[in-house]
Formats: sequence, structure tokens, C-alpha cells
Amino acid sequence: MKFVDEYRAPLLAKQLLKNIDAITSQPWTIMEVCGGQTHSIIKHGIDQLLPDKINLIHGPGCPVCVTPLEYIDKALAIAQQPNVIFCSFGDMLRVPASHQDLLSIKAQGADIRTVYSPLDALKLAQENPNKEVVFFGVGFETTAPTVALTLYQAKQQNLKNFSVLACHVRVPPVMQALLSAEDNSVQGFLGAGHVCTIMGYHEYLPLSEQYKIPIVITGFEPVDILQGLYLCIQQLESGQHSVENQYTRLVTQQGNQPAQQLLQQVFTTVDQKWRGLGEIAQSGLAISNEYADWNAEQRFAVSDINTQEPENCRSGSILKGLSKPHDCPEFGKNCTPDHPLGATMVSSEGACAAYYHYRAHV
Amino acid sequence: MAHGGGGRMMQKLIDDVIQPIFNNPILNQKHDSAILSMPSGKLAFTTDSYVVNPLFFAGGDIGKMAVCGTLNDLAMSGAKPLYLTCALIIEEGFSIKDLQTILASMQATAEQAGVSIVTGDTKVVEKGKGDGLYINTAGVGCIAENIQVHAQNIEIGDQIIINSDLGRHGMSIMLEREGIDFKNQLQSDCADVSGLVQQLLDKNLPIHCMRDLTRGGLASGLIELATNSKHKYTLQEQTLPVHETVKTACEILGFDALYSANEGCFALFIPKSASAEAISCLQQHPLGQQACIIGEVTETHDKGLVTVETPLGIQRSLELFSGEQLPRIC
Repeated sequence: MKFVDEYRAPLLAKQLLKNIDAITSQPWTIMEVCGGQTHSIIKHGIDQLLPDKINLIHGPGCPVCVTPLEYIDKALAIAQQPNVIFCSFGDMLRVPASHQDLLSIKAQGADIRTVYSPLDALKLAQENPNKEVVFFGVGFETTAPTVALTLYQAKQQNLKNFSVLACHVRVPPVMQALLSAEDNSVQGFLGAGHVCTIMGYHEYLPLSEQYKIPIVITGFEPVDILQGLYLCIQQLESGQHSVENQYTRLVTQQGNQPAQQLLQQVFTTVDQKWRGLGEIAQSGLAISNEYADWNAEQRFAVSDINTQEPENCRSGSILKGLSKPHDCPEFGKNCTPDHPLGATMVSSEGACAAYYHYRAHV
Repeated sequence: MAHGGGGRMMQKLIDDVIQPIFNNPILNQKHDSAILSMPSGKLAFTTDSYVVNPLFFAGGDIGKMAVCGTLNDLAMSGAKPLYLTCALIIEEGFSIKDLQTILASMQATAEQAGVSIVTGDTKVVEKGKGDGLYINTAGVGCIAENIQVHAQNIEIGDQIIINSDLGRHGMSIMLEREGIDFKNQLQSDCADVSGLVQQLLDKNLPIHCMRDLTRGGLASGLIELATNSKHKYTLQEQTLPVHETVKTACEILGFDALYSANEGCFALFIPKSASAEAISCLQQHPLGQQACIIGEVTETHDKGLVTVETPLGIQRSLELFSGEQLPRIC
């Protein structure tokens, strides 16, 4: 497949592995930020091919994983109300709330639709003027602009029967939170390529400078990831720290500016809870007052729902790189993709789910 | 609703719409049950219900699928299909013209396989209580005395062969259902492979097992077999044939082609010594031109395991999904 196969070429990948081996003289701990990168690393077995000295930590960049339990509870509370069509991306449907998931209440009769774009939900609202259509807006700066555009259009059209339950999060604050923690072990980052496609990488320059840490904006295919690791290790070995861009085929320093403007117009930056990590300052994108009429939390009065995470889940420690999935006594026993206890098992891009799916029995 | 009530309307539906299409001497006897003559040998008997949305899709329709699926189930046990049944559950208000098209498609597919649809049933459910049309078919076939094809025959060293590329039915339905247009529209692989299997059986090849890779795709089919046969199967990722459009659609939607449904693709387990002959036999048939070896039964394994060796030489395991594949956020 054009633009994919060449980035999975085994010969090129093997050459990069040799190069990494040649420059690695001491142990390094590197975090890949994005869940898509984690999925690719585990699926292709990249972590098993790296020198033993390289320790990869699977970061918090999986939107399904880090969406706090209380938002899933809010989603269910809204979806169970009469006359509501509740629209969501597919992989949020199976994430358990405190008691059930969206798929279970769909089976009980709730009108829940999987959509591929929030604009599909907007169309449903236009087609069903007597129904309340709600879209569950989850994700990082990659998905947030499409939700912003949808809200913008809803306002332009003055579409009264449409609203969004928004739980969007930003990458730079969570990286800052990890770096400033006392138990931080991360020495280098592979930055999230698709987030930077939208946001550019200028936001990461101060982070790299302040914490003297290499950040390499990296793509998602095996060759991308190996090249990103090579660049990151090269910086670590030579005692340098800067923001480098491996994913040049999509990422520029300034990013997609119209998308950024739309984000600023529709959302406002707020403190936000993360599943497994707790509250992180300025890490959330909430619907701004100007768009309050389309905010489902207000329309359906679910702002008061405030759920605590189960205590026996170690996802916080996995997201910080303090443990690996199989270190957890619940992994594969009381915690499986069918019955996830927490963040990192709930989505296929979470570290625990990826380990379970690809190497539980190898 | 009157069409399902058992009265004159129902008789009219059967006489005017169903009977003329399936027309054959056994059905025309109009008994409560079909009376069949059976050749000697063992009997294979199977049933399956078909619910698909949309009812008409690129490469087939629910009728063709309902016939192919049951014929393929018979073929997988080494049987030559002989007779089919057809039970229809029709939603009130369903277009008679569409029903005729679907029944004609069933008849054409059955006829091509040399099989008759000999008995059936019709029920009508209230508007809103069904997706237009559901079909159940059952099938009987005969298995020659010397043929034994089942999971317990699988042995270490068996080669795993498939006849065609993977995941086309599932992804074509997904694209059609969601109205996603690709430049080269995908066609479902919906096909009756019983003729192709017969060709293999006629060669007296030492086939140990066959499995059609329908719902859940290659991965689910093989995991189920490995669990039964208590072996580890090792697949080579680079040898797995996947259509370019299926690959692209899977990348965009976050699906895995190995778990996407097929309706004309099956896996065959055969000792290494006979694998070349099996491939050349498969490749002579239009439905087997892409036949290739995708892996091997490598060792015994208590719980059964299927692994895929990545192009970088790492083995990863295949696990059953908990339900359907769901499209990802990003």
C-alpha cells in the first residue's frame, strides 16, 4: 500500500535496528507518547528487537484509555434518557462505566449509533428534528478539531437538537506532569505524530528546554518508530536535547493553523482529570461559554456526576512507566479486555490491552 | 401480515412467488416434509441463519449468501451437497420484487452447485420487528466412506493453505453500510466453494481438515481449530494475501483484516508432501487462483495457540475479539 508498505520494509527496519545497536552505549528509558505508536510497537514486536539497554514506556496517548470513568457514567446517563440518539466513535462503546457500557444499554433499547465523524451526528440531528442528538467528543488535539468544526456548524445552523459531551485532552500538559513528577524515569520522548500534524511542534520547544529532554516527533509505522528511536538515542548518547521531527511527511513546526484557530474559537483550556493519572492543570479542552447551548453536560444536567476510579488498577503506574502490564497481579486474571479494571486495558491502544492481545500466550 | 397468517394470502405468496422460482419435483410434491433419496455413505447435515445489512451488496445478496454459506459448511466436512431448505422471515411491507430477486439469486446459486431447494417455511413479522428479511437454510450432503475431514486429524507438520485473499466480505459490507466510497469498490468474496472442494476430494489428496473462515475471519477460525486440535499454528505475516482496498480500509477504520469475515475463503490442512499438489489443484479453479501456504502446524499445545511471525521475525499471538471489531477514534 502506498505510503504504508515502504514504512514497514523489513530490510530498512533491520538496518535501523543495527544502527540503534551501534550507538547505544548505556541504558535509556524512552516513552512513546501515543497509543497508536504503542499498538504498532507491540504488534510488530519492535520492543523485543531493541537492545536490552533500551526500555520503552508506553505513554498516556490513548484517548479511550485516559477518558475518566465519570465521563463514561455521564455518557450512559445521557444515552439512557428518552428521545436521545447518542452517537460515539466505535471504541468508546465497550468501555465500562461504573456498572455497564454503552453496548449493554444499546442492547436494552437505548438508541446508540457508531459514527465515523462527528459531522455524521450533526446530519442525524438535521434528519431527526424531534430527537436530541448527542455526540460523545473524546480524544486529543487530533480529533478535537473535527468536533470543533461540528459545533461551529451547529451554531451557524442554529441546530437546537444537537449537543456534544466533550472530554478532549491536550498532550503537552500531560508530558509536563510526567516530567515534573518526583518518580519520573522518562529520559526521552517519541512525540505523537498526529497530534503534531494539527498542533505543530512549537509547543514542545519550551518543554525540551526546561527539562533538558530530547523529544522526537514520530510517526506510527515500524520504520518511523525505529528512526524516531534512533534520533532520540543519538541525542541522549551525545548529551543533547532538542525537538526533532521524524514525521516530516506530515508535521511542520506550525501545524494546521486553521484547525488550531477553530480549537481556540470553540474550546477553552481547563484543568482536566485523566483516568489513571488524576487531575492535570490546563490539560483539557472544554466547550467555551459561547457554545454553551451545545454543551450536553449542561443540557442534560450531568455535571454533578463524579465517579472515583477503582483502587486495584495499576494503570497510573504503567502510564508513568513504573511498571509493565505483566507486573500487575490483576493482568489477564481479573483484568482482561472483556472486563477491564482501568485505563490501559480498555482500548486496543492501551498498553495492557496491546500486551494481552499480542503476547499473552507467546 | 396476512401473508404470514397461513390462509389464502400465504398460499398465494408461496404459489405465486416462491414455488415458481425454486421449482423442482421434490418441492412440487407439496408434502409437509421433502422425501429424499440418498446415496450410500455418511450423511452431513448443517444449518445456518443469515442476517445481513444491507440485503444487497457488491458481490452478492442475502440469498446468494444463504445458499453459499450452507453449501460451504457441507463442503468443509468433505460432503457433496445434495439438498437445501429455505426458511424466510419477512418483515411486513417488504418489497415482493426484492424478495423475487433474492429468491432467484438463491435458485441460481443452488442450481449452479447442482443442488435443489426442496422444502421451506415462510413467516411474516410486524413492521419494525425485522431487518426486511432473514433467511435460514439447512443442507444435507453425503460423504464418501473413505473421507474423514475434521480437526482431530490435524498433525504437526501440516501445511495451512488458503484459497483466496482475506477479509473482503467483512470490509465490503462495512464500507457499503457506512457509505464509504473507495475508488475501486470492493466486492464481497461471497461464493460457493463446494465445487472447488470436490475437485480436491476427487484427487484423493490426504486432506486432514478444512474450515471456512466466515465470521471472525481467519484469526477466529484458526484459533477455534487450534483449541480443538490442541496445536500451535504458526503463520507467516508476509504470506497472508490481503486485497489492497481491504488493507487501506482497515488502516483507515482501525480494523484488522485477519478478523474480517470471508464468505468464499477456507483454510485447508494437509501434509507437506501433498501441499504442492493441493495448491496446483486449487489454482486450476477460478476460486482458488490465489491459493497459497500461509503457515504450518508447528507443535502440540494444551490450550491451542495461533501465532503470526512478523516480517521482523517476531511472533505475536492471535486472540479472539470479545465481540465485533469496533472502529477506532484515531
